[in-house]
Amino acid sequence: MEGFDRRYVFVVILLVVLIPLLAPLGLPIRVSKEVVGAYDAIERVPPGSTVYFACDYDPATLPEVHPMSYATLNHLFSRDIKVVGACLWPGGPPLLEEVLTRVGEEKFGKKYGVDFVNLGYKEGREVVMVSLGKSIPGTFPADFYGTPVSELPIMDGIEDFTDVAMIVNISAGYPGTKEWVQQVQSRFHVILAAGCTAVSAPEYYPYYQSGQLVGLLGGLAGAAEYEKLVGVSGTATRGMDAQSLGHLAIIVFIVIGNILYFRSTRSRRRTRG
Amino acid sequence: MLPSPFLHTMAALLTIAIFSFLYKDNPVYKFAEHVFVGIAAGYIVAIEFQNVFLPNLWKPLLAGDYKLVVPFLLGVLMFSRFTVRFNWLSRWAIGLMVGTFSGLAIIGFAQGDLVAQIQANMLPLKAGSLIDTFTNWVVIIGVLATLVYFFFSKEHKGALGASAKLGIWFLMVSFGASYGFTVMARISLLVGRLLFLLVDWPASFGIELIH
Repeated sequence: MEGFDRRYVFVVILLVVLIPLLAPLGLPIRVSKEVVGAYDAIERVPPGSTVYFACDYDPATLPEVHPMSYATLNHLFSRDIKVVGACLWPGGPPLLEEVLTRVGEEKFGKKYGVDFVNLGYKEGREVVMVSLGKSIPGTFPADFYGTPVSELPIMDGIEDFTDVAMIVNISAGYPGTKEWVQQVQSRFHVILAAGCTAVSAPEYYPYYQSGQLVGLLGGLAGAAEYEKLVGVSGTATRGMDAQSLGHLAIIVFIVIGNILYFRSTRSRRRTRG
Repeated sequence: MLPSPFLHTMAALLTIAIFSFLYKDNPVYKFAEHVFVGIAAGYIVAIEFQNVFLPNLWKPLLAGDYKLVVPFLLGVLMFSRFTVRFNWLSRWAIGLMVGTFSGLAIIGFAQGDLVAQIQANMLPLKAGSLIDTFTNWVVIIGVLATLVYFFFSKEHKGALGASAKLGIWFLMVSFGASYGFTVMARISLLVGRLLFLLVDWPASFGIELIH
């Protein structure tokens, strides 16, 4: 195995990911109870209510978490729920702007400032989270474009988290889901659903088990499951065949690697004996 | 604003340049890496200046909110780190930040993790269904065995040793799950880039390569 050129692995991975993108296989997507939990929580929000949408990621994790934003906002706008979006990551606001415009304005005909708003980015991480629990307009006095929030109809009657039906957090790390649970859910007892990168998901499942999160979307698979629930075929669904075959290839590599490892250790023992 | 095909082509070429590292390290990869690091650093500075410094400190200060002089001075003290003689002054500002974030983190951890997770692990040993009962037993035994593994005040021998060994197995399963999720994350990023090269890039020229 020592002389094995690892570039063969890269070529195989590239092929097993590329081929299903060119010729989709249509493998089934099974929806997990964690994703159903997030869907049901949004279903319970009465139309006309406001949801706080925490968009905590940047372009580095776009392929994984951006489809979650598309899917959850599709669900929120389809139910006539107002969306107050904000970011704790500096690279987040343009991404939030894109998804709000495409889904809210272009698909559902919602109006900026009336049905949704992008409050932009605020530095301060956990401090901002706690501050939002005391005053949302105090923490974000102006939106992404610099318009004072007092001039935006959507912000009428929105003072703190008691005025929002729930929080939907899509995050790619720190600050993200863990901090929203620790600083906001446990302190202000707000209903919290989250979507996160696959790397972070195992760390957050205990929050779902304890009921601190009402639902959890883990990685591209979580996004694809949510797309299935809302009946939207987005990039997550499109990438799931490639994802599944990629996993299969990795499993095969692990099995082959272990077989070769045990064979080489056995032959070494025989040589010594 | 530059036309979309130009921007998409630039993004596609930089993506291919980064992928070229998989063949071997090369100047094209190095160029793309340096471009990324430079742009990312510049972007962060611009964003922090426009979205943080100006609206949170500078503009309100000029408008007469003089209590902001305190954070302004603390911010200035951070720059004392560039001088050997006065770099001790930055410790005041750092001390304030460390104190604030530690306080928040401790409260957050105690409320959100410690108490809530202990509560969540107090599960009934006989639940409504057989599968729930089995799951509860696995969770309880897993938590106890893993905690025993991290108990180092007594040698891991006999019953304690057996529990610690079981704890290692539970840890291994959780590491395996984490690794699986990490693989999923990396494949997702590859899928994202390939979709960009196969769908978004040709689409910017009005070409539909795949449906």
